[in-house]
Amino acid sequence: MNVKEILHAMAYGPAPEARDSALRWLDGHERRFRHFIDGAGRDPAEKTWFETHDPAQATVLARVAQGTDADVDAAVSAARAALPAWRGASGHTRARYLYAIARQIQKHSRFFAVLETLDNGKPIRETRDLDIPLVARHFYHHAGWAQLLDRAFPGYTAVGVCGQIIPWNFPLLMLAWKVAPALAAGNTVVLKPAEFTPLSALAFCEVLTEIGLPPGVVNIVTGDGTTGAALVRHAGVDKIAFTGSTEVGRIIRRETAGTGKRLSLELGGKSPFIVFSDADLDSVVEGVVDAIWLNQGQVCCAGSRLLAQEDVAPRLFAKLRARMETLRVGDPLDKGIDIGAIIAPVQLQKIEALCRAGCDEGAVMWQPTSAAPAEGWFFPPTLFTNVAPSSRIAQEEIFGPVLVAMTFRTPAEAVALANNTRYGLAASIWSENVNLALDVARKVKAGTVWVNCTNLFDAASGFGGYRESGFGREGGREGMYEYLRPPALPAAAVTGASPPDAARSAADKQTPPIDRTPKLYIGGKQQRPDSGYSTAVRAADGTILGEVGEGNRKDIRNAVEAAHAAAAWGTTTAHGRAQILYYLAENLEARAAEFARRIACMTGDEPAGAAREVRRSIERLFSYAAWADKFDGSVHAVNVPARDLTIAIHEPVGVIGIVCPDEAPLLGLLSLAAPAIAMGNTVVVVPSESHPLAATDLYQVFDTSDLPGGVINLVTGPRDTLAKVLTQHDDVDAVWYCGGAAGAAMVERESAANLKRTWTETSGPIDWASDGAEGESFLRRAIQVKNVWVPYGG
Amino acid sequence: MALEPVAMELQALTRNPGIPLDLDVVERLRVNRSAVERRAETLPTRRTVKKEWQLAWLLRAIQCMDLTTLAGDDTPGNVRRLCAKAIRPLRGDLLAAMGFAPDEIKVGAVCVYHNLVETAVSVLRGSGISVAAVSTGFPAAQTPLPLRLEEIRASVAAGAAEIDIVISRAHVLTGQWDALYDEVRQFRAACGHAHLKTILACGELGTLRNVAAASWVCMMAGADFIKTSTGQETVNATLPFGLVMTRAIRAFAERTGFAVGFKPAGGIRTVKQALDWLILVKEELGVAWTSPARFRIGASGLLTDIERQIAHNLSGRYSAAHHHPMP
Repeated sequence: MNVKEILHAMAYGPAPEARDSALRWLDGHERRFRHFIDGAGRDPAEKTWFETHDPAQATVLARVAQGTDADVDAAVSAARAALPAWRGASGHTRARYLYAIARQIQKHSRFFAVLETLDNGKPIRETRDLDIPLVARHFYHHAGWAQLLDRAFPGYTAVGVCGQIIPWNFPLLMLAWKVAPALAAGNTVVLKPAEFTPLSALAFCEVLTEIGLPPGVVNIVTGDGTTGAALVRHAGVDKIAFTGSTEVGRIIRRETAGTGKRLSLELGGKSPFIVFSDADLDSVVEGVVDAIWLNQGQVCCAGSRLLAQEDVAPRLFAKLRARMETLRVGDPLDKGIDIGAIIAPVQLQKIEALCRAGCDEGAVMWQPTSAAPAEGWFFPPTLFTNVAPSSRIAQEEIFGPVLVAMTFRTPAEAVALANNTRYGLAASIWSENVNLALDVARKVKAGTVWVNCTNLFDAASGFGGYRESGFGREGGREGMYEYLRPPALPAAAVTGASPPDAARSAADKQTPPIDRTPKLYIGGKQQRPDSGYSTAVRAADGTILGEVGEGNRKDIRNAVEAAHAAAAWGTTTAHGRAQILYYLAENLEARAAEFARRIACMTGDEPAGAAREVRRSIERLFSYAAWADKFDGSVHAVNVPARDLTIAIHEPVGVIGIVCPDEAPLLGLLSLAAPAIAMGNTVVVVPSESHPLAATDLYQVFDTSDLPGGVINLVTGPRDTLAKVLTQHDDVDAVWYCGGAAGAAMVERESAANLKRTWTETSGPIDWASDGAEGESFLRRAIQVKNVWVPYGG
Repeated sequence: MALEPVAMELQALTRNPGIPLDLDVVERLRVNRSAVERRAETLPTRRTVKKEWQLAWLLRAIQCMDLTTLAGDDTPGNVRRLCAKAIRPLRGDLLAAMGFAPDEIKVGAVCVYHNLVETAVSVLRGSGISVAAVSTGFPAAQTPLPLRLEEIRASVAAGAAEIDIVISRAHVLTGQWDALYDEVRQFRAACGHAHLKTILACGELGTLRNVAAASWVCMMAGADFIKTSTGQETVNATLPFGLVMTRAIRAFAERTGFAVGFKPAGGIRTVKQALDWLILVKEELGVAWTSPARFRIGASGLLTDIERQIAHNLSGRYSAAHHHPMP
């Protein structure tokens, strides 16, 4: 086209970003890349290599080492060897390294942006303006945490060697999200980049060499899923951090169960994008563009479900279709391109298959008229309307530029549709009414909620999921805890617990009650066990003290239902919850002598010791009553954009199953249940199996303390059997388990089905009476952080 | 009243006659400031034009330019110079290098105060370039309405084909939409065959919602163009103002079929700014709005920057201002 023709057409024309420098770098390595282990390049042990591609041209960019067990082992050994010195270095020293990384990233920002676009296929605008600046920001932010570590997290220590597995959609950014907090906290790292996009991580290694990071602190092993699996399995790894699909997340949860490895998972999503009729619809349209057409929709938190209020839906859809006509699909290295290439043919096929399924199920598919390039792996922006919530495309994560739209009538229905998913990663809410927007923000189950905005990120704001979108947070203070080990719970000086008597005879079960008939406590009522069986409770000297109901799976089911029915507890005021915790303490005090006698009888503890347990129980209730209105969130007011409040809210996890330790039957139970309910959770408690009477005596205290029915439910019976039912229950959000290693492994394994949060303590009897057995580390397990972004402007 | 989108069958050759004032539309306007600002901030990062495409777009920017002088010391002498530059905005060798004859590229209009209209008209006669007059107590609009109307008539009589009026900001700030509507309707009547550009003075309207509302009321009252600023406000043409106004233009066209033009003015001095405005218009309104019939840039110093950039683009050498004839 000559100038005259262009003047007539007013077309944009090509605006290619130069790729020479990235290609020179690839050529400089002869387009072959080795692992980075112990500060140096290392050939793969089995001398096998795989190809990485430019998705926009469907050509091979380079060959990359395929990691195997031996490579992973070498990397873990290097990380282990580097750990003592790195962990032992001062926070300031580590801060200097992290600061240097941030500076290097900034200095070479365009190189990284081009390389990332080449390997990933996303538009250069995104790598240049989002990915790489956020990478630098993340290292800066965490240089700060390294500097402040001792003062900000007293008593916390590095976890150790961290195995990190990252996805292909934001290759270098996900590396930053993993590596920066790990290093800041004093951990060493073995990271496996995604098979499709290893190049920016390998270029990052050169930055590490450049700044003189000690060898072994960060090791990069490239490879496919088998390499990741080797890393997950490796016994020398203390923590696994994974970002990727929910399916693989589940496998990793099962694989690491019972190993003692810490785990954080950032998984899939099907995030709602809710538009109320009083929203600025033109801005909504741009929000949708950023929600689902950023990075070709290959974003875990993509706003992929558009929920529009019925009265504006037709107008919104029309505006959206008009906007889609102006989206430009093509060469991602062109500076004027909105939508680049899909990562790989396999992903393209998945998107195509799901679109076909959507059409088959009666949804209406619409795509703009503009054509995508013939070469390379491209897919046009796509809008589905007339979608039913039951449709596959409404339920499954498509991970492509495909938006599914549904309508709603009322705010309540919007919330119901938004939450009608296994996922809970993010949500976007559009309304000019701040009352409505914040109301819905609180009700949506999602780790990040964007009000009148979408896909904004900042290192100071934690990011992570509710539900099956995983657990753990990345970024901010909450993200640091994922790479820190809390002080260990103090061990009991003497073993107070006697193992449950396995050799109970059938005759025992028929022994008539001696004094009382404790029942289960479900929904604020005493309930007979569904089994119709009771179990004898023996004193330390073997005499029978009484019987408790033998709870079974139906009792657990009923208790979970009751706990959900009491969910209003989570939205009552913290002051109200505190009052009830104080009242529980008051009423327990009134019966202190009786409880002490009971404990002494059951455990054989000396009267003074039993009395002390009751006294400490009362103090503990006071502690969590005190915490109830103090362990709250924070506000980040310094994020991008300039006028924004990001409100980090501590929300209850939901329904928590608590499997109590055998020792300290009263204090152990209250040490766990009190922080849970103080933070607004409701709980299903399996009391100490051998000494359950302290628990069953408690429900009369509950009844006299105005504790709403269903907030605490007690199901006595065989510990691990009931723990398994609790863990297998898909509507239980977390399980806290004190018991044996086998039980703990079972809990972690079974939790994979709905990715419930687990906390297992298998270290043996704990000194529950000590001050170390209460406080923030308990409270943090009782909450999840929801970050609500509220940009504002009058 | 429902605001269902209608097919955009624009009555391109028909002037916007205006429609009855519809306060429901005004009441229902919603503008989210931070979302608008985010779009405005990223829009220039999402599109760019290079090489021949940039040359063509810069020529279009010249064609859409209202070459302006609005100074207390304007005399027939400097206005004649400006008009000569309007007719030959680019050096002949530059035009030839792009395949154009010397008279093929002209600015859209010359914009002056009333007293200079006759001078400009006399120089530009036969050039095809319109003379635009700022009017109605420019820039503050704080003069009696009869005088403002008379000012329009005088400028039209003097040969101005376009009248850039300023609205009474007080009507917007006090929510007197009917008063604003009546005022603009009278301005429109006074213009007769001359085209009416309504200057909103966005920087003095307080909120983006007011910018949207003023845009709508002016269009309902029959504006041919809506214009961001006088150039005299503390804040003049910004992309967020432009976004709100172009979106209003789009919605008005969807509803009525009439294409109202858009003119950013004030503080637009660089090639980058000019291209950003063209990109904004193309993205929000479509390529049909990138013509002088629907888009103008009010500017005085911009042309020099464009000339230098075109010279650089063609030669690879950075150009000096004194290598280009001054206005």
